Amino acid sequence: MGTDLDELLAQARRDVETATDARALEALRVAWLGKKGRITEGLKQLGRLPPEERRQAGERLNRARDELTQALEDKARALSEQALTQRLAAETLDVTLPGRGSGAGSLHPITRTLRRIERIFTAMGFESVDGPEIEDDWHNFQALNIPESHPARAMQDTFYLFGGARLLRTHTSPVQIRTMRTRKPPIRIICSGRVYRVDFDRTHSPMFHQVEGLYVADQVSLADLKHDLQRFLSLFFEREVEAQFRPSYFPFVEPGAEMQIRWGDRWLEVLGCGLVHPNVLQAVDIDPERYTGYAFGMGVERLAMLRYGVDDLRLFFDNDLRFLEQFA
Amino acid sequence: MKLSERWLREWVNPPADSAELAARLTAAGLECTTRPLTDDPPRGVVVARIRGVAPHPQAERLRICEVDAGHGSALKIVCGAPNARAGLVTAAALPGAVLPGGRAIERASLRGVESEGMLCSAAELGLGEDAGGLIELDADAAPGTPLERVLALDDRLLELELTPNRGDCLSVAGLAREVAALYVVPALGPREKPAVVSAYHSVDVTVEDSTGCPHYLGRVVTRLDPKARTPAWMRERLRRSGLRAIHPLVDVTNYVMLELGQPMHAFDCAQLKGGVRVRRARPGEKLRLLNGQTVELDAADLLIADGNGPLALAGVMGGEPSGVGAQTSAVFLESACFDPATVAAAGRRHKLNSDARYRFERGVDPALQRRALDRATVLIQQICGGEPGPIVEVGRAPAHGATIHLRHGRVERLLGCPIPARDIPPLLARLNIETQAEAAGAWRARVPTYRCDLRIEADLIEEIARLHGYERIPARSYAAQLTPHAPSERRRSLDALKDVLVARGWQEALCYSFVDPRLQDLLLPDLPAIALDNPIAETMSVLRTTLWSGLIPAWRYNRSRQQPRARLFECAACYFKDDGGSRETLRIAGLAAGSAVPEQWASPPRAVDFYDVKGDLEALFGRDAGEYRFEPQPHPALHPGQSARIFRGERPVGWLGSLHPRLSQTLELAESLVLFELDAVALCETRLPAAQPIPEFPSARRDLALVVREEIGAERLIATVREAGGLLLQSVRLFDIYRGAGLPEGHKSMALGLIFQDRSRTLNEAEIDAAVANIIAGVSAHLGASVRG
Repeated sequence: MGTDLDELLAQARRDVETATDARALEALRVAWLGKKGRITEGLKQLGRLPPEERRQAGERLNRARDELTQALEDKARALSEQALTQRLAAETLDVTLPGRGSGAGSLHPITRTLRRIERIFTAMGFESVDGPEIEDDWHNFQALNIPESHPARAMQDTFYLFGGARLLRTHTSPVQIRTMRTRKPPIRIICSGRVYRVDFDRTHSPMFHQVEGLYVADQVSLADLKHDLQRFLSLFFEREVEAQFRPSYFPFVEPGAEMQIRWGDRWLEVLGCGLVHPNVLQAVDIDPERYTGYAFGMGVERLAMLRYGVDDLRLFFDNDLRFLEQFA
Repeated sequence: MKLSERWLREWVNPPADSAELAARLTAAGLECTTRPLTDDPPRGVVVARIRGVAPHPQAERLRICEVDAGHGSALKIVCGAPNARAGLVTAAALPGAVLPGGRAIERASLRGVESEGMLCSAAELGLGEDAGGLIELDADAAPGTPLERVLALDDRLLELELTPNRGDCLSVAGLAREVAALYVVPALGPREKPAVVSAYHSVDVTVEDSTGCPHYLGRVVTRLDPKARTPAWMRERLRRSGLRAIHPLVDVTNYVMLELGQPMHAFDCAQLKGGVRVRRARPGEKLRLLNGQTVELDAADLLIADGNGPLALAGVMGGEPSGVGAQTSAVFLESACFDPATVAAAGRRHKLNSDARYRFERGVDPALQRRALDRATVLIQQICGGEPGPIVEVGRAPAHGATIHLRHGRVERLLGCPIPARDIPPLLARLNIETQAEAAGAWRARVPTYRCDLRIEADLIEEIARLHGYERIPARSYAAQLTPHAPSERRRSLDALKDVLVARGWQEALCYSFVDPRLQDLLLPDLPAIALDNPIAETMSVLRTTLWSGLIPAWRYNRSRQQPRARLFECAACYFKDDGGSRETLRIAGLAAGSAVPEQWASPPRAVDFYDVKGDLEALFGRDAGEYRFEPQPHPALHPGQSARIFRGERPVGWLGSLHPRLSQTLELAESLVLFELDAVALCETRLPAAQPIPEFPSARRDLALVVREEIGAERLIATVREAGGLLLQSVRLFDIYRGAGLPEGHKSMALGLIFQDRSRTLNEAEIDAAVANIIAGVSAHLGASVRG
């Protein structure tokens, strides 16, 4: 039986080796190791052998069973490995094909700039407030110390509505007035939005955006203002910006100033500011002896142009998709 | 304001070159730039005197001038200018000279006569527009002197952009005062002396309105030489300030205005009837102005009038009939102070701009009138001769400007840095502000008359800061006084809404708030828009009642630039007439055009449709989507079969639909557009999330295909199913729609996935069957629906 078994086992190994799929392997397993398989049968018949042969034959049969089991498992693993490899090959994609995109959206660069400005001032303790764009003369001019005959009105040519009864705000300052009328100091706010002036050329748009800030409290000074604005500009441009303060004039502040930043070899005006004029505080029933305040205002378009290298103001309002998508 | 730097330096000469001077002025709040008078000066041009003029033998229009150009021997120069005459001192470009523009002058033969150079007009020399004749230089200029020396062509121009509060600097004298204060040097100016009165002529002056005209001075000068010419030096100074020489008397008044800052006016005495009267206009009065325009006067206009009626609009512009001219031999000179508001109002009312208005509305020194009148008289005598009469004066010049209390503590509080008290009086003294100590650390400050802008303590503090130097005020870190605040969680921010759309591939646009009324009328014909009183253009003349009025042109702009697809949105206000006033509402609107997705390999091209955009809106509604309904309703701008009004609960909040094909045609848009517009404020409202327990028991699903008539909408079917399904029906999913074979005409089948669940137990088959039966009965009863077999 010894030689017999060896031959049989060799045969079985060959069969396993040449099996091409899992089903063939299963058939071999049944034929050899199944309930009626040849090795199982052999083991069943061990009892009929004489005791002295039984042990040896048992060992051989068991070894043959183990070897065959191992061969079957190895082959099964190899076949499954091979099947996987084939499947993977069949499923290979051209990963360089573009995705099923729906197109990139984008925020307008002015919105983006506004958000950045608002975020910085929020971090500095300012609250953002809103107000209407259609205003009256009192909120837009008179309460801001710009009476009817004031030559500064010519600085801000105004769009009028309803035969002059209303106007489109020329700055966001009326929001400051509305806020100061309804709140008590300390007031620390910014207001932003669309403003309008009758001016239309390469460097002026009849509609543009402003952010204005106001801080009214017990002791507010020009030194505080300078500090906050320098801090803001450095945060906005993400570098220490060389800035200078210089006297200027806006009817609603006194002393008045403008701030310029070094841009290459030029100084560029980026914002106007000053201490709130006592007449303005009086107009909103805040005692100018008790409280002082500072105010500032900046053009968002100007800052966006500097920040993103936009060289033509008109690009902001053409809504050319090729421009907008650059801010995706 | 433009000004000759040399002129300024005659008054004040600080140790600083042009660039430094301009920078110092700018740093002090007087924005100043400087540039050379000309980049291309004439070279080789000299003063020349015409000794004699002879006709040209070959040409009627040309003449041969015998010219002394300082060479000893006379030159022969051929010339065609009408004013070439013996005795004229003019400019000659000799051979080798180069005129502006690179024009080289050589000897030349002109119609057979040799010309040894060229006599020049102002235009040929680059000194103005006058090309009508030879430039006329002053008679005492020595022939042969280089022109650049005589006319100081190496001068530079100072260009000042002054803020409206600094009217006091709108003159050489005023600017000199400021420069003197900045550099702490004296300002001198020419020696001025009053004119000697040598005639008795005068004009009676009555001022009816001393508020409008607090100070009025006048003087008659008789026996003027009508042939007098404005000297070249004065013409040049006027020209360098952008003024043209017109008539010696007008030129003198302009010169004095530039020099001292006092606008003046010259009336021809021959045209005056009786005395002059400063009064407000009467109904129906008209005035023909020096610019040729006739204005209908308003009762608020302040006039200079005589027995015949209005002569001049005070402080704005003189009248043509009483203006001086070639025949004028006697002049009435006016030097007055007018109320800034009155002048500003008249100027604005009649849309008149003038140098006088510009100065008066910024405030002219109320004590300057006499000095200016004397200065003008002296200059007129120099140029035109004449006999000055006595000065007639109404009103008085104030001795000083405002008196202001100034506290040292307030200075330091406002500036936020220490400034020693002892430094303050000397700083202010540089500006001719006198201080008198009142108490410890307090002064009474007296402002000079010309600083009308200094009225309150804060004004003085600005002056102190200006002279101290804004750059020396430190940036001081401080503890801000805050009122803590946080946005409500029951409101979504507009930023959050925009972010949803951006994440879904939309691009934000910013359109003007004013639009073309013709387009807007097509979109919303029955909603009157607010019109601008003074629009920039017809296409920007009404305020938006819908954001589509901006987005549609934005799409057209892109489409004409080869863009095949767009998802544009905007979040901005719309404006409505409201009960005599106005109302603004924030809206968020979008326009979708082109393919559903950008052109790609993975899916066949398909045009964007209603449901693509509706999906985006549902994303925009977010957690609150269940509160929104879409109801078919007509909108004038939308396709009648593809137009939905959007409700949140019972409140209408917007529209979604395709642009009406008729409008597409009118607007020449080949493709269809899907548009939406929503009330952004309504969209922002939201609830605080309230957490619910997660169900512990499994749910069960049954699918049901229901056949209904075509006109029954999905929303209605689902609402009916929900109603009939009771509490166990947890959700309904519409997963298929079928039309066609096997269904009755005009019907469709909608396949619903019904999810049943109970929170406390697992449902059994019988319960679910009963619920489904209930649903079938419900839709059958209410909608006539049947189960598809």
